[in-house]
Amino acid sequence: MKQYLTFCKRSISQIFVGSNLYFVWLTLLTIVMVIGAHAYAIQLRDGLAVTNMTDEVSWGVYIANFTFIVGMAAAAVMMVIPAYLYNNKALKEVVLLGELLAIASIIMCLLFVTADLGRPDRFWHMIPGIGRFNWPMSMLSWDVIVLNGYLLINAHICGYSFYCMYRGVKPNPWFYTPFIFLSIFWAVSIHTVTAFLYSGLGGRPFWNSAVIAPRFLASAFAAGPGFLILTLQIIRKVADFPVKQEALDSLRKIMTVAMVINLFLLGCEVFKEFYTDSAHVASAEYLFFGLHGANALVPWIWTAIALNVSATVILLVPYLAEKSNFLNLACVMAFIGIWIEKGMGLIIPGFIPTPIGQLYEYSPSMGEIQVCLGIWAAGFMIYTLMVKMVIPIYKGTVQLETTK
Amino acid sequence: MCEDKENKVDKAFESVTRRDFIKGVSGALASTAALGAAMTPALDMGKDLSWDEFYQQHYQELTVEQKEKIFKRIEQKVKTDYGVDNANVQDPLPQLGVEFAYALNLSKCIGCRGCEKACSKENNSDRASGMSNIRVLELDKGSINLEKSSQSYNPETVPQEGKYYMPIQCHQCQNAPCVKVCPVQATWQEKDGIVVVDYNWCIGCRYCEAACPYYARRFNFTTPEIPAEEINPDMGYLSNRPRPKGVVEKCTFCLHRTRNGKYPACLEACPTGSRKFGNILDPESEINYIIKNKRVFVLKEELNTQPRFYYFFD
Repeated sequence: MKQYLTFCKRSISQIFVGSNLYFVWLTLLTIVMVIGAHAYAIQLRDGLAVTNMTDEVSWGVYIANFTFIVGMAAAAVMMVIPAYLYNNKALKEVVLLGELLAIASIIMCLLFVTADLGRPDRFWHMIPGIGRFNWPMSMLSWDVIVLNGYLLINAHICGYSFYCMYRGVKPNPWFYTPFIFLSIFWAVSIHTVTAFLYSGLGGRPFWNSAVIAPRFLASAFAAGPGFLILTLQIIRKVADFPVKQEALDSLRKIMTVAMVINLFLLGCEVFKEFYTDSAHVASAEYLFFGLHGANALVPWIWTAIALNVSATVILLVPYLAEKSNFLNLACVMAFIGIWIEKGMGLIIPGFIPTPIGQLYEYSPSMGEIQVCLGIWAAGFMIYTLMVKMVIPIYKGTVQLETTK
Repeated sequence: MCEDKENKVDKAFESVTRRDFIKGVSGALASTAALGAAMTPALDMGKDLSWDEFYQQHYQELTVEQKEKIFKRIEQKVKTDYGVDNANVQDPLPQLGVEFAYALNLSKCIGCRGCEKACSKENNSDRASGMSNIRVLELDKGSINLEKSSQSYNPETVPQEGKYYMPIQCHQCQNAPCVKVCPVQATWQEKDGIVVVDYNWCIGCRYCEAACPYYARRFNFTTPEIPAEEINPDMGYLSNRPRPKGVVEKCTFCLHRTRNGKYPACLEACPTGSRKFGNILDPESEINYIIKNKRVFVLKEELNTQPRFYYFFD
């Protein structure tokens, strides 16, 4: 027990020391978080009226970001599968950094959902046992279970692994392997359930499509590895941590396949909507071409498509993809492209037009943007601090027996 | 286990970094303080919220005594918030052998929006946003495509040539998507078929709003504003009492009236007699006759929501 507390003390104390760059980064994040917290406090006081959400478009940029970030959390599985199932050594060395990303992402998801609640003071109504949980009927109750479960599984895997690494012992497979397999299954479940939130609604034809869940997974497995490729390079540079090129190559290959599948599935959806040309095409028409003069999302979705197609082209041409500048560019483009496609491109048009045919557009208020940025900053803060804690354990500078 | 060694390690560890460490910790404390300071506007939220309200259980788990206490508390709150001291919160229960249904005669409706206004008044809806649980749509004759409808029509006189009018409100579906999706069972179907919301249990996630195919639910983005002289003091806990901020509301077929033998406010306001309401289980009722003998239809039948709200033509 004492040994474990020392472990906690030593790793936590790591976050208070670092280079100037580290503190500048944390200060920047803190400033954005403070702005976000202030905007949220005003929202708590004045109600969701400070957002631009309406009865017509009743979910906005909070739920859009939530949906995208569930994908970031699920994407950790794209490191876990090659590392543990195919014993990819280079990835195995950094797989825990991916799982830490899952932890940070889930916390961001929970923050986004909380920001969207009209009555966050009543969150306890959702706690099984003391509240009244509409399980198994409500997909949202499933989401509460899978997201929190995923958080716990990853927290356990990371905490246990680093504790073992710190003590210099091999992890006991009984405390470890079952959770790895569970996390693979669970990662798929979080994004599937999140897709079912939307695709289960008969009254929203734009979402009522079986391809939403596969699309979510494909886009997550593109954006997530893309983000990790960039992050691992940054960690390699600023923390002087050896990330093997093979690890980045594996992630790149995964991302390439996922990008192609994602574009294909998007194409399937577009074909079905526009070739059928039923009354239900209205939302897709609004998104891609504008409807009766309302076209706020048109530039966004075409930007997303341009970014995703360009990223895919770069990834598919080995000459380009193997150059790190081009690869990084492709990762940034895919990340932004998928963020638009999944957030603004899927959540908002589901509400436009309303089920009784009225057209109301939506764009987020300044307060909503500030809260979103604050939550993103909080996510980066959590991830930075966690990585800061574990890098010395990885390197062996913080361990049980010796200091340096 | 190897305590000496650990202590030694600790010392070595701390001596290297103590100064930086203290700097880091003070930075963290300053950041936390800044976050705390940024959150101060939220303190005002707490003012509005009592502990009794915070801990209140779900409607279906309340005892009669608890309900009485809660109704008194709400009456008191209406007094402080709206300056009205004759508020009377009641909780009429569904009656055995009663299932309500509504039918609307599209041949007769002239689109005057009298029902829309009466609904807002009866149900203590927010005046600032013009909230009502009914929306009247104007459609071109020859089509029933809702997407071609207008909610904001505003001619000198109604009905307009070539147009017909379709009021929409909660259809009290037997297979209600809104009830299915609510994560906390804050909305459910009562024995007489009315779908209600416990405004003190709703967490404001608005999933029901997304799920409703008839656009029948409304969210209170702010605390409803109602002038004191317009407050309707006859209130039902599950229907028209003033709603708190941040929760969803909907049409309840005016259950505080209809469960006491009256008609819904929208029906009484209708100048054309387009609206018909009653107990569908009573073979003698007008509603029973209409559904058996008129050519009735429901909106979006393909969704299998099985509405208790029918439309018909003469």
